[in-house]
Amino acid sequence: MALDPVLLSRLQWAWVISWHILLPAFTVGLSAYIAVLEGLYFFTGREVWFRISGFWTRIFGVAFGMGVVSGIIMPFQFGTNWSRFSDAAGDVISPLLSYEGLMAFFLEASFLGVLLFGRRLVPPWAHFFAAFMVAFGTLLSSFWILATNSWMQTPAGYKLVDGRFEPVDWFAIIFNPSFPYRLMHNVNAFYITTAFVVLGVGAWLIRRERAVEDARMMVRMALDLLIIIVPLQIFLGDQHGLNTLEYQPAKIAAIEGRYDTVRPTPLTLFGIPDDAAATMRYAIEIPDLGSLILTHSWNGTIKGLKEWPADERPPVALPFFAFRLMVGVGVIMLLVAITGQLLRWRGRLWDSVWFLHLCQLVAPLGFVAVIAGWVTTEVGRQPWTVYGLMRTADSVSPSLTGTDVTWSLALYVAVYLIMYPTGIAFMAGLVRRGPREPEAEPQLIEGGLPNQPFETAARMPAQS
Amino acid sequence: MVLDLVPLWTALLALAVFYYVVFDGFDLGVGMLYGLLPDEAARRTAMNSIAPIWDGNETWLVFGGLGLLTAFPLAFAIIIPAVYFPILIMLLALVFRGVAFEFRFKHPAARRFWDGAFCGGSLVATFAQGVVLGSFIAGFKVDGRHFAGSSLDWVAPFPLAIGLALMFGYSLLGAAWLILKTQGDLQSWARRAGQVCLIAVLAAILAVSLWTPATNADIARRWFSWPDIAFLAPVPIITALIAAGEWYALRSRHELLPFLAAIGLFLMSFIGIAVSLWPMIVPYHYTLWQAASSPSTQAFLLIGTLLLLPVILMYTAWSYWVFRGKVSEAAGYH
Repeated sequence: MALDPVLLSRLQWAWVISWHILLPAFTVGLSAYIAVLEGLYFFTGREVWFRISGFWTRIFGVAFGMGVVSGIIMPFQFGTNWSRFSDAAGDVISPLLSYEGLMAFFLEASFLGVLLFGRRLVPPWAHFFAAFMVAFGTLLSSFWILATNSWMQTPAGYKLVDGRFEPVDWFAIIFNPSFPYRLMHNVNAFYITTAFVVLGVGAWLIRRERAVEDARMMVRMALDLLIIIVPLQIFLGDQHGLNTLEYQPAKIAAIEGRYDTVRPTPLTLFGIPDDAAATMRYAIEIPDLGSLILTHSWNGTIKGLKEWPADERPPVALPFFAFRLMVGVGVIMLLVAITGQLLRWRGRLWDSVWFLHLCQLVAPLGFVAVIAGWVTTEVGRQPWTVYGLMRTADSVSPSLTGTDVTWSLALYVAVYLIMYPTGIAFMAGLVRRGPREPEAEPQLIEGGLPNQPFETAARMPAQS
Repeated sequence: MVLDLVPLWTALLALAVFYYVVFDGFDLGVGMLYGLLPDEAARRTAMNSIAPIWDGNETWLVFGGLGLLTAFPLAFAIIIPAVYFPILIMLLALVFRGVAFEFRFKHPAARRFWDGAFCGGSLVATFAQGVVLGSFIAGFKVDGRHFAGSSLDWVAPFPLAIGLALMFGYSLLGAAWLILKTQGDLQSWARRAGQVCLIAVLAAILAVSLWTPATNADIARRWFSWPDIAFLAPVPIITALIAAGEWYALRSRHELLPFLAAIGLFLMSFIGIAVSLWPMIVPYHYTLWQAASSPSTQAFLLIGTLLLLPVILMYTAWSYWVFRGKVSEAAGYH
């Protein structure tokens, strides 16, 4: 069997970005949480906020570092494996990517050092400000990277000159049709992901009877946030879906597992898609519900994939199953959030060991939903890199052979399988140590200190 | 009439690349010398000397890569696939090296492994960067707007030789950094190591200076035709003077001079390469202007760059100021 450089390059991209996205999914939310905690500490002066913030800041430092390291790999992928795409779309997407890099770079060079190592070295308002700026900066990074991705999904503001995309209107490029929906849906997903991690860690600390006061605060905060943002996410997801139906109807057809156009459209709960025969086997369907959910009317029409030529259809299985996984996880999240509030309302939250245990189990669910959602949207937009205009098969570097990419993919797999478990084990170690009393905080700042009097060095925050 | 931003972007990219080469160069150099250091105390001190600053240095690589993509996307699209494996190996080596920094201190039991990862990662990353540079100078097979060679074109004497040369070059920077930041036995050790590296670096500079004009008629014409030779003669003359100064500095009691002279040698080599290749960005197919992105693209990113870059530079300067002076073994990384 010949090794296909296009398929292997796609696998490689999926591998490196899936691991990378886990870290922003966590750090965007966590930095916002830390900023809130720092704000609470600044305005109330209560030590509990200071302890919780310090606890999560240590974990944030590791996650952010891993995010930077795995992020350095990403821009080079555009050149190594997707050079024709880089040549064709570079004029439009490269400044957006560069702004993302600049923001992260800027943050790392400035406020991150103050946040991580400056607790005792700068006044509380400055530390709060640094935390706020880090949270704001990670949001800006999300803004630019999702603008880039959205432009590839729903291109706008460009003109085509000799097969290359040239910018015409930067505002239209950045605020392209799918961008606002994607941005809100993603950022909210990142917040939910983090809230579930905080919930799980808090529950674990309570069960171990470690720093119980702090841990209860974490659980309360997480539950209060989740009861708002999980329902919000369902609404945002629905809006994002309506937008996709308008601009990428083939993706919706793949998600719904719909090959034939039927009016009104049933909702396929489950089935085994068969792309070759263009049919859904063993389908379990509910009549009319597809129309209602997707078009918000009882007899709206969802176009089936057969309306498109065979070479313009996305594969069905991955978006179909990944979407169902994402929605399933969302339902579990909603149930957990509601149950938590009910238990609190009846005053039985802290006695319900089963629920605390459940909170631990669902802690990583946000990551599952993020990856599933990402797979849905990325596989669903195939076979295009720039939707409807540039094919994935025409985007790959022409010089690459299947053997080249097999080797590179194997190396990426090997290195990530060493790096991630090590990093996760390290963060787990920080969790196990738990929140500490302020006095227990080490005075040393990171890095080799010069032989200056200690005060001189200690006044300065170290660079990360 | 739209303002031509190509010279400005060329200057910005040149700055980013040079900054990266010097600053990550010295900490990669320290990483390579690390494997040769006599004892654990020296290794610890060496690592402490770069611990606070290495990752700030590394981010310039991203800035360089993204800057190339934004300002000269055609160059990015041709050059990066041509050096597919060197880039891959460099990235993975840098990952390993970065992770080693953290875990060496966290897991004493696995220290030998992470020591190896740190030293080996530095060595492999440096070699790969040299191969990229060598391939760049040697030029690429290009068909239209694509790289037309194979992913193994870099396996040729010239790129591999440059890879080797850069290992000595970064080690010279690393040794000079250790002279600046340490004292006693370790400093004396670094002076001796620096002298060995300097001899190798000078041999490499001489070899490349003869090799490239001998194999490339355009480069030979640029350097040796009248009146260019009169304008360009200062380049080799100043290089020789700096080399002599470096030799003196390594053998004297100067502490800062070896580092400055090492940067000087890199700067002169950088200028030498720029003179040879100007105005090519994809040697020998596309000029800077032919490979440039649209003026609108260049202008859009320039705004943010000019806004954020000075802040980043000021903060960087400040953090070097904070960590000035000698490091000791005792001041642990964590």
